[in-house]
Order: sequence, then C-alpha cells, then structure tokens
Amino acid sequence: MSEQKLQSQTVQTTGHAWDGDLQEYNNPLPVWWVYTFYATVIFAVIYWTIYPSWPIGKGWIGGASNITYVNSAGETKTHSWNTRALLLEDLNQAAAEQKPYFDKVSAMSYAQIAKDPEMNGFILSAGKALFADNCAPCHQAGGQGVAGFFPNLTDDDWLYGGSYDKIHETLMVGRRGYMPAFSEVLAGEQIDQLANYVAKLSGIGHDAAKAAAGDALFRSETAACYYCHGSDGKGRKDIGAPNLTDNIWLWANVPASDAAEGKVAAIRGVIANGLNKGVMPAWAGRLSPEQIKVLTVYVHELGGGQ
Amino acid sequence: MQTGLEDQLGLYQKRIPIFTRSVKGRFRRFKTSVLVLAYAIYFLLPWLPWSRLDAPAQAVLFDLPGRRFLIFGLTVYPQDVIWLALLLFIAAILLFFVTGLVGRAFCGYFCFQTLWTDFFIWIEHAIQGERPARVRLYRQPWNREKALKIGGTHALWLLASFWTGLTFVAYFTYAPQLVVAFFTGQAAAAAYITVSILTLSTYAAAGLMREQICTYVCPYGRFQSVMYEPETLAVHYDAKRGEAAHGRAAARAGQRTLAERHDKGLGDCVDCGLCVQVCPVGIDIRDGLQYKCISCGLCIDACNTIMDSFSFPRGLIRYDSEKNLAAATPAAPRVQWKRLKTIGYGAALILMSAYLVYSIGTRGSFDRTVNQIRQPLYVVLSNGDIRNRYQIRITNKAAQEQTYQISVRGIPADALDLGNFREITVKPGHSGLVQASVRLSPAQAAQTQRFEMIITPRGKAAEARSEAVRFDSPGKRP
Repeated sequence: MSEQKLQSQTVQTTGHAWDGDLQEYNNPLPVWWVYTFYATVIFAVIYWTIYPSWPIGKGWIGGASNITYVNSAGETKTHSWNTRALLLEDLNQAAAEQKPYFDKVSAMSYAQIAKDPEMNGFILSAGKALFADNCAPCHQAGGQGVAGFFPNLTDDDWLYGGSYDKIHETLMVGRRGYMPAFSEVLAGEQIDQLANYVAKLSGIGHDAAKAAAGDALFRSETAACYYCHGSDGKGRKDIGAPNLTDNIWLWANVPASDAAEGKVAAIRGVIANGLNKGVMPAWAGRLSPEQIKVLTVYVHELGGGQ
Repeated sequence: MQTGLEDQLGLYQKRIPIFTRSVKGRFRRFKTSVLVLAYAIYFLLPWLPWSRLDAPAQAVLFDLPGRRFLIFGLTVYPQDVIWLALLLFIAAILLFFVTGLVGRAFCGYFCFQTLWTDFFIWIEHAIQGERPARVRLYRQPWNREKALKIGGTHALWLLASFWTGLTFVAYFTYAPQLVVAFFTGQAAAAAYITVSILTLSTYAAAGLMREQICTYVCPYGRFQSVMYEPETLAVHYDAKRGEAAHGRAAARAGQRTLAERHDKGLGDCVDCGLCVQVCPVGIDIRDGLQYKCISCGLCIDACNTIMDSFSFPRGLIRYDSEKNLAAATPAAPRVQWKRLKTIGYGAALILMSAYLVYSIGTRGSFDRTVNQIRQPLYVVLSNGDIRNRYQIRITNKAAQEQTYQISVRGIPADALDLGNFREITVKPGHSGLVQASVRLSPAQAAQTQRFEMIITPRGKAAEARSEAVRFDSPGKRP
C-alpha cells in the first residue's frame, strides 16, 4: 500500500450559507445503494402486477398469475394467486402422482398386492399415512390400541376375523361391540364365580371351587354367557364376542395387575358393568374405496392377518 | 464558497489496470502445462463415454435427480457423503501442507482464478499484442481499431466464459443431449440459469476483476500469512545481493559488469522493472513478500532472462526461505520438511487418503438398515408368545438387479416370519422395504436380548452383512 496514494476526497457542502459561514455537509448516498433502491422499486412494480396487491373496496387486485385447481366437489376453478389455491393445486398434483398406484390397488386382488414387492412398499408408506390420519387417534400410531378402549391390531387375535374380507367389512360398515351389565341380573357372588371361571379358561390364578360354580353358571340360562362366547369360551367372530381362553385382553385390563386377585377383579368389573363402548365407525363414504383397500392390506399386515 | 472542510479516506480503491508482459522460462512453462492439462480434463471429461446398464454413457455424471454420482466405475450415493467430507478434509490439509513447504503454490499454479485469468490474458495478448501495444491501445481515443480489438477481446472472453459454464452443467446431465437441447431451447431452466450465472461470473472474475478477486475476495490469500514459517520457500528478492551498499542502478556505461558494479558498491539489480511488468497482480516483488503475491514465479523467469543477458548469475529473484535469506552465508535453497507441523500435516494426509481408498475399496454392494418397530415394542400373542417386528430397508448399490435373502442368527430360524417375501429383488440404485416379524416363546424371549439379522445377496455369500437388533419382551421393559 505504501506506494499507492490513498485516495482522499473532500466532503462537499450543499452550497448554501446561513449567518455568513454556517454550511451544511452534502453526503449523498453511495451510488450502489441508490441503484439497489431503484432496482427494488422496479422489482416491487413487477411483483404487484404478478401477485395480489392493492385492496379495492371489498375486493383486491388479483395480479397476473392465476392458479387452476380442482376442488373437493370436482369443479375446476381458477383463482388469482393465493396460498390456499396453491395448496389445493399441490394436493391435486400429489393425488395425480399417487393415482397410478391407487388404480393398481383397485385393479389387483388382495393376494396379488401382498405378493408384489413394489405395491407392498406403497402400502407400507401410503397405508401408514392413511392410518395415522384416520385410525391412529383410537388405535394409536403403531396400531397397538389402548387396553380397555381400543383393540390392539398388531396381535394375532381378531374380534371380527382377520381375513382381508373381514377387515374390509369392518372398515366399510363399522362395528359395535356390546355386552350387557350382569350386575342387574346376577348376584355379586355369581359374578365372582364367573370371573374365576374366565380366569381359569386363560390359565390365570383362580379359586378352583368358585371356578367350578362359574363353569356351570357360564353354560346356564341364568347367565347365558355361552350364547355369545360359545360353550368352550372361544367366542364368536360373527358378533365380535371375544375368545376368553387366550392371553389377549381388551376390555378387562388383566395384564396391568400382577396379583391374581387383581386380574380376577378386572374380569369381574367387565362382567358386572358390561360394556357399550366398542364402537368402530363406518368408513365407507368417508374414505375412497381404494383408500379403504390400502388400509385393509395395511391393517392385515400389522398383525399378520388370518 | 468554502469547500474541503474535511479530508476523508476513500473506501473504494479504483482499479489500476495491469498490462502484463509475456515472459519465457521454467515457471511459465510449468504454468502453461498445468493450464493445458487442467483445461483438457475440465473441458473434455464430460464427453468421455463409459458404458453403463442403467444410466447415460458418460464417464463422470453427477446425477442429481437420481441422487447419485457416477464416476467411472464408481457409483456414489448420498449415504456415502463421508467420502465427500474426507475428500474436502484431504484437500484442505493438502493445501496447508503445501503452503507450509512452498508457499502459495495453489494460488500461483492451480487455482482456477489464476488459470482462467492466465487464459484470458493470453486471449488479450493474442488480439491486442504485447504490453506496450496494449498500453497504447488503452490510452488512445476510441476509434475503429480500438473498438474492434477491445470488442473482439471481450467477445472471445464471453465465449470462453460461456463454454466454461456449459461444460460445468454438462457434468450434471448427459452432455451430448444437453448441448443439443441447450441450443434448441429444450434444456431445463436450471441449465440456462446456471450457464448464465457462470458465464457472467467467469467473465467478471477472469476478465474484469482478475487480481482483485485474490486481493479482496479470496479468504485464502489473507490467511496464508499464518501458514508461512521462516523455513517456507516463497518467491523472494535477494535484497542483499540486489541492493548491496548503494542500491540498485541501471546498467549504464561503467557499471555493466559485475566487477564494476561491485567496485562502486552497486547491487546486482539493474532496475529494468521487468519483474513488475510481468506480475499479474501488479506488485513489485523487490518490496518484499506481500499479501498480494500469488507466488506464480513469473518474476523469477523475467529476472533470470535479464540476468542471463548480462551474464550475471541467475536467482536474484528466487524461491527461498526467509531464514536462509537472513543467514550470513545463504545456502542453496531447498524444501525443508523436517518440521513438526509439516510432518503432522503429512501424516494426517497419508492417514486420511489411506482411509478414503480403503473405504471406497471395501464398499459393500448394498446398504441396509434394520429398524425395530417401536409402536408397540412387542406384542403378546394369544398363546403367550412374544412378537417383535422389524422394518428392513435394503438399498442396492450394485449396477444390476439383485435379490436378497434374509435370515437370522442367535434365534431359531423358524422364529422369523417374512410374510410373503422370503426374498426381495431390488433394482440398481433403488431401495426395497421388507417387514419382518420374529416370534419367540416366553422362555426363549426371556433369554434373548439381541440377535442378528443377516442379509445375503443371492449367489454372493461373501457379501453377506449382519445387523444386530434388540428383542423386547414384557419381562424386560426398558
């Protein structure tokens, strides 16, 4: 730098003088700044003409760029640029990209879908999204359900059957699980005997004498448990009556208590109070047939189906 | 009217145009050969064919939509980003290593700013002539000759810049197709945008800004000073020899030979100024080592030419170290690497390069991840068995379709249930998903903490890879 003379410049004044010698500096804005400012002005004018800008009365100037989309009613609409229309356009586009896969789903049988690796990948990702949007609030994100409220879809027990057709039916028309409250017709002692018998059926610690009495009661017309649960206690899938002889518990939260007495008490509670909350809504009409088919395969895969 | 109330330093240094004189010599030859080699590689590589089954026949193709880099026989996927990281580390360390040894060799001989500026000066020289002619042209008023020569130079610069930009884009798509599509208006918008940005920036950087890039823009030029050591070789003017007792002086009558000059106490420098005229950054090396010097060695060539013509010994300007120059009896300059920093950089360089080569050499033909499904962690089945589920993702990195078989170790083989897919076939560059479930009796589950999933490409047992996964059961709640 030593050899180069540093440029020096003189600050200009505005040229006016007040009171004889009072002057005002004139420090104009840097040229690059001024031109950048002009450029932003030009940019703004272009921006106004392309995008919505000025409000006029109750409306506004829409700008030159339009977005065309198909709304949920199937009508094609063109609207000046806005983020909602942009979203709908994006959704249209995403749906168009997914369409070939959904078309394939509706054309293929369940067995074909399950054996096609590419379709399997599609089911795993599309089914996961559909499940998360529609099913997860009750059945939880992984399909594990909530003991006492919503069935676990990942085990090998299916209240209404685990075949593709049965799962499809469940999704289409919904389900309503119901068990009467037996405290109204049975004495507390009888309910205790039945609870012990149900505990015995699935190999839980129980009182043998009470269980024997419960066994008789189970088959009697007084309690008539066998009517729904079958004389062997294995349930009836056509009406969603659960199998009482396995290790799967939905309504009575048996695994929650460690002591046998607690487990029997949980069973007793269900027999006494019954239940009227096993409601699965019908999805026909809410989801498209292809979406329900994807969910059928997805749910079937969760628990391995039957 | 009163003006000049206050003096201020200008914040903007106006560029003083530099007209470099051409020169012949060792360093010029070296620079030219690096330029030719680098340009040959850069401009021709995208046109090198390479047959592939599933991709365009281009030897080097950075396939961004396909999420892969095709480099001759090697396919690099995003998950190999560690190679890129290593490569960048190696490049950085190499820069530090070389700078510690021989100064800014990268700046002077290899940097693309230097190469392109050199090429642009060559164009300028070819059209407008040698330095005096260019200075005259610069000073003369605008006329037909000046407009033609200056206009022609800028047109050629723009053309070279354009081809530079187009070549860059050719690395990202099939080159022959790109060039046709580009000129018929069919290429992607990204191609036009990239080419125009690169054309303008190349034109501005190599044609208009030149040494200003090195001086004001490039950070490396500024932090070089911390990498220099007293032992580092750099382009130096031997002031002791050049200035002697009474300084440099022109070779007038009576002070032409070395003997006469030494008698009068004059230095060996004949003050011809050629070293300044050839300098692409417009400095005088005789003022000492300075931050603007990019170490290109052209002043060495210029000075040696003059020394030869006077039959003085060469090396008045030479590669030498600060320490050696300061010594009472300077030794012959040589590269001095026996320093902790240099050895450290060298060791790091060797280790990292070895690891990179090893890592690329032993890369698998596929990638796999086995994720245990955590919602729920385990499922108790109706007979009391415990089931865990896993999602296996296999990415085929080989060039052809491959079928993979999945098996387990550490638990009975029949515990594994792959549903409908005992095997999965994956296209090259694609991923396949498999849902696996493992079912163990409560007794087995109690003993099983972990087991291994083994993924074997069919027919290539040696390439099998295993992945250890957890098995969760109610008794072992985390």
